[in-house]
Amino acid sequence: MNAPLRAAVLGTGVWGPGLTGWDAACRMLRDPDPAVPPEPELPQAPMLPATERRRATPSTRLALAVAAEAVGAAGLEAATLPAVFATSAGNPEIVNAMCVSMAERDYAVSPTRFHNSVHNAASGYFGIGASSRRPVTSLAGGDAGAGVGLLEALVQVATDREPVLLVCVDVGYPFPLSEVRPMVGQWAVALVLAPPERGPGRTRLAASLTAEPRPNPLLGHPALEAACAANPSARMLPLLMRLATGRDGPVWLPAGVAGHLHVDVGSSA
Amino acid sequence: MSPDRIAPLAVTARTVTTAVGRGADALLRALRERRGGLRPCGFDAYEGCHFELPTWIGEVDALRRPVPEALARFDCRNNRLLEDALLQDGFAARVAEARERYGRSRIATILGTSTGGLLQAEAAYARRDAGGRLPADFLYMETLNASSTAVYAALRLGLDGPAWTVSTACSSGAKAFAAAERLIRAGLADAAVVGGCDSLCLTTLAGFGSLQLLSSQPCRPFDVARDGISIGEGAGLALLERVDAPGAAGGVRLLGYGESSDGHHMSSPHPSGLGAELAMRDALARAGLAPAEVDYLNLHGTATPANDQAEAQAVRRVFGETVDCSSTKAWFGHLLGAAGAVEALVCVLAIEAGLKPGTLNLDTPDPACAIRVLADNQDAPVAVAMSNSFGFGGSNCSVVFGAAS
Repeated sequence: MNAPLRAAVLGTGVWGPGLTGWDAACRMLRDPDPAVPPEPELPQAPMLPATERRRATPSTRLALAVAAEAVGAAGLEAATLPAVFATSAGNPEIVNAMCVSMAERDYAVSPTRFHNSVHNAASGYFGIGASSRRPVTSLAGGDAGAGVGLLEALVQVATDREPVLLVCVDVGYPFPLSEVRPMVGQWAVALVLAPPERGPGRTRLAASLTAEPRPNPLLGHPALEAACAANPSARMLPLLMRLATGRDGPVWLPAGVAGHLHVDVGSSA
Repeated sequence: MSPDRIAPLAVTARTVTTAVGRGADALLRALRERRGGLRPCGFDAYEGCHFELPTWIGEVDALRRPVPEALARFDCRNNRLLEDALLQDGFAARVAEARERYGRSRIATILGTSTGGLLQAEAAYARRDAGGRLPADFLYMETLNASSTAVYAALRLGLDGPAWTVSTACSSGAKAFAAAERLIRAGLADAAVVGGCDSLCLTTLAGFGSLQLLSSQPCRPFDVARDGISIGEGAGLALLERVDAPGAAGGVRLLGYGESSDGHHMSSPHPSGLGAELAMRDALARAGLAPAEVDYLNLHGTATPANDQAEAQAVRRVFGETVDCSSTKAWFGHLLGAAGAVEALVCVLAIEAGLKPGTLNLDTPDPACAIRVLADNQDAPVAVAMSNSFGFGGSNCSVVFGAAS
């Protein structure tokens, strides 16, 4: 119905089991190692000063690590980029701790814990770490978070005609919320997307909305398939697989209540 | 680099619910009668938990009716408030008409919230079993997950277009307007339900208490004796369509928006309001307006010492001392994730009614905030009005509305 949203991929960042950085991700996605990848140690949050770095939560560390990797690969400065963060739960361990405190009528909460409880904590630390004055948003799309994040980032590229950073991050809750919101692994994915003319020779995306998604290409590894099914940010894996292997073609991501994003990935997209 | 001017969008339906009442008329009456809705904090959070704190809150009364049966899984305080709001001012009916016109997949639903259904989780944690497990009737995705706000509205209104929740703390409800405008401009939607809804919970009250940001009195924006915020709850909703849509002649337009970051601190504003200034300037640029063309500015005006002083400096750099400003937070409180939406609606109503609301509880203006903060209401035509919203994480957004020319 509408012309697709088009963008060039200038940089990619990723952190998850078996995919600790884009180089490792390329190896795994091109030639999957049949061993089950271990949950990696959390990366440092590269943009933050040392004091903040020590206190940073897992979700902030993952988000800033993949953001820095993608921005570095794009050869851009983080402070120049509008950014779209997508996460299902923000800092799940902080939400759990706050709920425990409230249930125990312990209302003297730590100020740091309270400001880390907001959904946009990771995006706030990104702004602080990068000393950015550019717009940064934080979206909640439930299981469709990565899709709505990608949609918002592509829309910003299309309307404001400049590069945009997308960061998707999802880590699981501790018990007891883990029982009602099971999640596989801790995953973060970042893309720097730009108007196609800003990325000659780069892989392109052409995205449109559809009500009829089709099956995604297989990832070649049961652990990655499991993550893709049970971690909203890992729903980016089929797209990353196409970027890593150069096997052009479509992927689908849920992007709302009923809609899906159909993304053609490749040099001709 | 300033952003390019954008085409205006028509606000074809709007509604607002806060502690001063349900619906736009209730808010306008309260503004005209100078009747605030704040009261001492004795919050019946859930059965067996009555929470008192030496501060004042803007609670919406009687959120006891569950959401409609078909969406019973989404029942929680935040969605009850949202449901109540959707029923005011014929809002849901106007959206249904738009759905007939455009088709359900062509209307986006972008709403802001900060804590959404968190109270539901707090109540569930209080009922954990001996093994620490949550009760079986606690439904995570439909209540606690922040997406619940937008998903509830989309399902309730029968909309299949792009739908998500913006959660950037106290700028959420303003940033929803920006995201929706972009979706329409990019051709992905013909209309959008936008705004925000946020409701009281223990975490918010206790957390702002721990930051020592709660006022001991009804909040007093820009007063020399201000000592913090009064927390409230509420919802503000608008339907945005292109200006050539049927029924969109006349009325109020969304003219522009500006978003920025402070890049400074998680919970303190930049001391001289650099990010706030950028948001206002970008909003003016998108609207194609000079500062002097703004008739009324609804300030973020939380009534913390730091916010009001930083915001005043930013406003002064953009507008000088000439623009009529006020903070309306002493009427209904700081609505957090809904603040940007409800105060956008205050601007829409200011234009519709020819009213510049003043600032309740402002007796002695702080000389350190040298801008023209109205204490009293002014009956005067308002052709252009801007709303400021700034949040934790240094997230800023300004939104500009104007009368249809």
